[in-house]
Amino acid sequence: MGKELKLMKGNEAFAEAAIRAGVDGYFGYPITPQSEVMEYLTAEKPHERTGMIVLQAESEVASINMLYGGAACGKKVMTSSSSPGISLMQEGISYMAGAELPCVLLNVVRGGPGLGTIQPSQADYFQSTKGGGHGDYHTIVLAPSSVQEMYDYVELGYELAFKYRTPVMVQSDGAIGQMMEKVQTGDQKIRLTEEEIIRNCPWATTGKTPNRERNIITSLNLDSLVQEKHNIKLQKKYREIEAVEVRFEKIQCDDAEFLFVAYGTSARICLKSIQILRAKGIKVGLFRPITLYPFPKEPLYKMVKNVKGILSVEMSAGQMIEDIKLAVECKVPVYHFGRMGGIIPSPTEVADFLEHQFIKG
Amino acid sequence: MTEEIIIAGFGGQGVLSMGKILAYSGIMQDQEVSWMPSYGPEMRGGTANVTVILSDERISSPILNLFDTAIILNQQSMDKFESMVKPGGTLLYDPNGITHHPSRKDINIYRIEASKEAANLGLRKIFNMIVLGGYLKVKPVVGFDNVIRGIKKSLPERYHHLIPENEKAISRGLEIVEVVQTV
Repeated sequence: MGKELKLMKGNEAFAEAAIRAGVDGYFGYPITPQSEVMEYLTAEKPHERTGMIVLQAESEVASINMLYGGAACGKKVMTSSSSPGISLMQEGISYMAGAELPCVLLNVVRGGPGLGTIQPSQADYFQSTKGGGHGDYHTIVLAPSSVQEMYDYVELGYELAFKYRTPVMVQSDGAIGQMMEKVQTGDQKIRLTEEEIIRNCPWATTGKTPNRERNIITSLNLDSLVQEKHNIKLQKKYREIEAVEVRFEKIQCDDAEFLFVAYGTSARICLKSIQILRAKGIKVGLFRPITLYPFPKEPLYKMVKNVKGILSVEMSAGQMIEDIKLAVECKVPVYHFGRMGGIIPSPTEVADFLEHQFIKG
Repeated sequence: MTEEIIIAGFGGQGVLSMGKILAYSGIMQDQEVSWMPSYGPEMRGGTANVTVILSDERISSPILNLFDTAIILNQQSMDKFESMVKPGGTLLYDPNGITHHPSRKDINIYRIEASKEAANLGLRKIFNMIVLGGYLKVKPVVGFDNVIRGIKKSLPERYHHLIPENEKAISRGLEIVEVVQTV
């Protein structure tokens, strides 16, 4: 199938991108606001298009363990869920990080804690960027702020997941998942053959051949010295990711005296707030982290000398602000503005906070 | 050009699909578009609304609290969205079931008897297309041809035989929209 221009929901774009990226298997369990991912996949019958398997597992715990199995065989595997479902998967994600297995996960975040609401939120920042499950690990976290990026980050996610043999989390939210925008799709990729997988993933359990040792996929090391060696290897990998894979976008930052730092839906809201504030002569820009882990520390630090203050805007009680403060070493005032429980702040609300409470307060 | 629109009414009136057709029409005209529905618990309670943005530039926030145009199809939506029209903006409404008519003096107000007209024609399902016609008369942000192309893109092929009927409804809407006040 060739390139197409479509009007799609973020969730649908993610699903279409999965088919076109040549994903081998999707294993999921429905939850609002991301159920359209599996709905779209089942309606599209990807088994007929590419041979991709789509399976509704009996639970989130089952689906993440199906990912473990598929990834261990070198397959491109995927799941998607929303906050409470992702919490259920954390044990499996930790195991996959420990066993160095690639996969792409989508979290369409909703308000929490607990079952919370079904409305958009960004309160899973800590969970996504600081590990989420147990043990010393990170997942790479990509934060789309448009439907097009929901599409694009599937391909990018697999590139990074296989390059570093690590789970990659796409952290979206209910607004980006549910809204429709224009999407430019890419060409259909053909799924890898068994021979290609054996060649690309020499670590995978593809069947032992006489000229090599057995491949063992496990996160269990009863010998602590062996485990520590493994930990050091993982940490080396994370340092490399932090050095090489930082992604971000700067908008209207050149003459900015104040800076919004925001990702996903909040970044979009801030763009409107910037229009409102600039019309009043207040010079504001937006720094948008695209990778939440690795957080773009150095690029943000470099901007400190030009600005009077930073406002972190996030639909949470203030989670990303911790990374911002570490990045700028508290050289300028950093404040947080956000709404919780599934409330999306309005552009006027954000602009008013910056103007009246932050600048004048 | 940037046009920020809220369409609000009851579930089943075709609010979301009208927004979708408008968004597709924008794509046909090479515009940037966004379509943000209400999907929360209010959707289960009967009211539905969608924010549609058409623009020649990259779209900033898909979620807004001030609109260039509000298309209002029931009283609850009138209560909620009348105050969110920008000064000098436009409010288009169907008076059917409206007990408190809009009272602002700083916006353009138009009315369209779309549900009455749809009932007269015996075609309840094209109600939303009559409203769309009224909107296009007031705010010709997309060309008629592109709207028809938008409908074609938006409807599955098995419904394409209904396109002439939709086209007729849009034309009817263009005719029957009335000015209440302009500023």
